[in-house]
Formats: sequence, C-alpha cells, structure tokens
Amino acid sequence: MAVGKKDISAPPYVEGRELELEDFEEKKVTYVEDYPDIRYQFTAGQAISKFLNGLKEGKILATKCNKCRRVMVPPRTFCELCFKPADEWVEVRDTGTVETFSISYIDPDAKPLDEPEIVAVISIDGASPKMGILHKLGEIEPDRVYIGMKVKAVWKPESEREGMITDIKYWKPLEVE
Amino acid sequence: MVERVRGIKFHKKQDVAIVGAGITLFRRRLNETGKELSYYAVKQALEEAGLDISDIEMVVMGSAPDAFDGVHMKGEYLLDGSGGSNKPYMRFFVGGGTGVFAPIAGYWHVASGLADVCLVVTEEKMSSSHPHPQSAFKYIWDPILDRPLNPNLIWIFALEMRRYMHVHNIKHEDIALVSVKNKANALDHPSAQLAAKITVEDVLNSEPMSLPVRRLDVSPPSDGASALIMVAPHIARQLTDEPVWVDGVGWALDTTWWTNRDLYFPRYVAEAAKMAYKMAHVTDPRKEIDVAEPYDPFDYKELHHMEGLGLARKGEAPILTREGVTARDGDLPVCPSGGLLGVGNPIAATMGVKVAELYWQLSYRAGKRQVAREVTTGVTQAWGDLMQVGTVVVLSNKR
Repeated sequence: MAVGKKDISAPPYVEGRELELEDFEEKKVTYVEDYPDIRYQFTAGQAISKFLNGLKEGKILATKCNKCRRVMVPPRTFCELCFKPADEWVEVRDTGTVETFSISYIDPDAKPLDEPEIVAVISIDGASPKMGILHKLGEIEPDRVYIGMKVKAVWKPESEREGMITDIKYWKPLEVE
Repeated sequence: MVERVRGIKFHKKQDVAIVGAGITLFRRRLNETGKELSYYAVKQALEEAGLDISDIEMVVMGSAPDAFDGVHMKGEYLLDGSGGSNKPYMRFFVGGGTGVFAPIAGYWHVASGLADVCLVVTEEKMSSSHPHPQSAFKYIWDPILDRPLNPNLIWIFALEMRRYMHVHNIKHEDIALVSVKNKANALDHPSAQLAAKITVEDVLNSEPMSLPVRRLDVSPPSDGASALIMVAPHIARQLTDEPVWVDGVGWALDTTWWTNRDLYFPRYVAEAAKMAYKMAHVTDPRKEIDVAEPYDPFDYKELHHMEGLGLARKGEAPILTREGVTARDGDLPVCPSGGLLGVGNPIAATMGVKVAELYWQLSYRAGKRQVAREVTTGVTQAWGDLMQVGTVVVLSNKR
C-alpha cells in the first residue's frame, strides 16, 4: 500500500438530475400519481388480545417467566430470552415512571401539530425494571416533565373503552393527586 | 481458514477485497428512477475497478422499505439496473442497517468461495412517497399497540436522545457539534445534499420537531444509489496494487420491544462490533481504529454509535467531539465523508458514505476529504429497523 496523499479524488463525478417540489406542481416533470388503498385487520393474537381486554376492564396485565423471573409488559405468550412459554399472568399497577419523554410538534405525516404533545416511555410499577410502554402524558406543562417522574394512568370512562391502547387516555403526574 | 466467532466455527474459504465503488448524487428529489440510479452507481464502480458487467458473478442488492418506492418486490424491480440479469441475485434488508448489511452479505458471497467477484448495489428513492416519506415510515410501528397513538418516527429518536443525554448528563450543545462537523465535512463531497457551514446556535435555534430533536439534528430524506465491488485475493491482485480488505463483519438484532430496554446504550451495536472486531483481531478499538464512519442519521446517533463501537467509553463521545478528536484532522476522524447529516440519507444507499467512504479513505483516494492522519484500519457501522439492529464492517489496507 502506497501510503500518503494522492492526486485522486473519488468519486470522480456524480450523476443524477435534481428536481424541485415546484417541478411537480408546475408539471415540469413527467410522473404518474397513485393512491394505494389497502386495508388491514391485524389480529391481536393470544397475548395482546388478553392485554387489550384487560385494558377494557381498567387493568394492566403482564406475563411472567419463572426462569428469568421477568414480569413482561406488553405481555407475550413466550419469553423471548429463555425461549419457553410464559408461566403465569399477573396484574401490574396503573402507575409508573417516566423513563424518557419527548415534546412532539409533528403528526405522523410530519405535518405541524396545533398543540405539541408529550410522548413518553413509561415503565410500569409491578413489572420488571425498564419494562415500559409507549404512551402520552397529560395534565402537565411540557417544561415540568422530568425523567424519573411518577405517573398514573388516566382511563377513559368504562363505557367508552374498546380494548385499545387508547383506553388509557394519557398518564398524569402522580403527585398532583 | 477457520476462525471462531461468537463461539461458532467460521469457515472462510478466501479473503475479500474491495476494488471499486460508485455513488450517485444524493438529493431530496431526483428525476431518475431507482433502476437508473442503480445503473449510474454500478457503472461508476465498474469503471473504478476496471471490470465489465460480464466479470460480475453474483449480485447483492440492498434497499429499505418497499413503501418508499411504492413497489413490492423492490429487489426484483431493481434487478436490471443493478446488473443482476440472469445472475445469482438477492436483496437484503434490515431497515437503516441495510447500507452496511448489504456489503456484509457481499462479503460472505466471496468469503465462502461461492463467488470470486460480487457486486453490491444499494438504492433508495424516498421521494416517490409524497408529500413526505414520513407517511411511509409510520408503517414500521407496531400496528396494535403503537399506531393507535399516531406516532411519528422522530419520536423514537427523541426518546432515545433524551435518555442518552439524561444518563450521561450531556448538553444539546455538545451533541449539536456533530451536526456542525458533519455538514462542514460534506462541503467536500460531490454528492452532498445538505453541506453547510453552520453553528451550534443554528442547530439549537432550528425548528423543533420532537424535542429534544430539532430540524438541524436530523439528516434529510434523499434519493440515491451506491455500489461496491468485492473480489477474491487473486482477482484483487490482478486489478490493483492497493486493494482494501474486509477484515471483519458483524451484525446483531434485538427485539422490536424497544420500550423494554434502556435506550441510553445500543447493546445490539456493541454485540455486532464484538463479532466484527473478533474476526478482525481488533482488541482495543480506540487504539487500533484510525478512521470511523458510524451511522449518523441524527447527530446524537454518531456519539451513541461511537460508544457502541467501543471507540469511546460510555458518555465519552461528546467529550472527544468537543476536543476535536473526531475532526478530519483529529486523532480519530469520525464521518469524514460528511455522513448522513451532510451528504444525505437515502437509507440503504448510505453505503456510499459509509463503506465506500472508508474504502476510499483507506486507499487514500478521498481527495479533499482525506483524513490528515495515516490510516490502516477503519470501522463503519449502520443501525436501523425499530431501534434494534447493528451492522458493522472493519476494513484495512494492510495484509
């Protein structure tokens, strides 16, 4: 290997023709528009069906592996580490700890939101450490949120629950109770 | 040659060298189709290697979610532009990790002795999904537990970045320095989409997306393609006096239960690095690695990945960055290409600023981007899927 700088610069050239958004708007580029409309029904499966039905009753359910002793939320029918069936179902609490959070200004399509929302990973009390779920925080100003904050689930009224993760409206600070 | 890697006997038939690379322009929108972009990249790689498409025995394609191009069986769709017609051809995909995974697949095609000349092509055309490719990204989320919350992909980065900052008490100012460095490095890259001289203040004052992530913390969506040619030693010796050798490869995946792990450290990257370093006989990466191209789709990610790769102790990467160690003229240059933050992020095609850049650096052909220090060994890495995959390649110019 000849070590040292050489009079070579790779890549020697690059190809491609750049387009601007206006080129589409002004039809300066030849293109075809398509609107795929594909509908899905995702079965929730053995473990998550039971979990979602638990939410409908205002309960957070977990599964436990008696080998590694993990209490797992979201629950699964098998422990992926021990690779054996989970041993039992346990109810965990509807309180937890903010492990990390974000103040989001954008929706799923990257469009700006009118009001920012607070999203968080919340580890659930009664489950193994760092066993968290993704959810939202409410009843708190964004600048008051901190990692380690204790929070409690705010449930939809029982009549409005439908067996969805959104049966929990959001999580609120525990200390304001 | 038999080596033990991760307790598994690794039977290597022959060494693997890189003898050519190609890359297209990276832009938010390009007129060319994915096939045409792949063709440009392949043509350039063949020119550099001094080979003809008829010399290519097998072809590996890497491309990320089908939803961007809007074409299922995207690998099959891209075949002709990739030079794969009537050849053994296979598409590989591990989300954002694909840019370094595709060359890993190319490596095992040659190392196994199945092929002596293997072409690796990576392509991404993110602009087809409009008005913003984020709309396609939302389908990577768990359909039952996550999607009803209307998530944006930026969330997971914001959540990981906050956790990383919290555990090591890192300030956003220190993370922003990565964006400043990489966008400036990209000024010397002819493909670059977002090369710029910016300041830490520009990053901290840019539009909030999902705090702590702001606009200038993020790499852009891009169209682009890149290619590499990997060959057996007897072919490499015929083509060049200066091949660059693949010394080690490694990959590892964790589960999609990303909310069940502490996000401050990418264990899957560390596992992948352990495998690659073991194969490459690298025992002290901080001392033995001369140049690095870790995956930098976000500024904090470069730091996070440096720590996963063992190039810095946990929490030390921001300090090395502040002290200039990772600058192009530093002791451990990191992302001398300009990275994804500066050159662009056409997901799988980032192979062109990761593995191809390392190849050009180690063959002293990077021109104005060439790092100041003498280089013999480098590491490059990509990351992706749902916070779960690490892909690592160690290259060297010595034998």
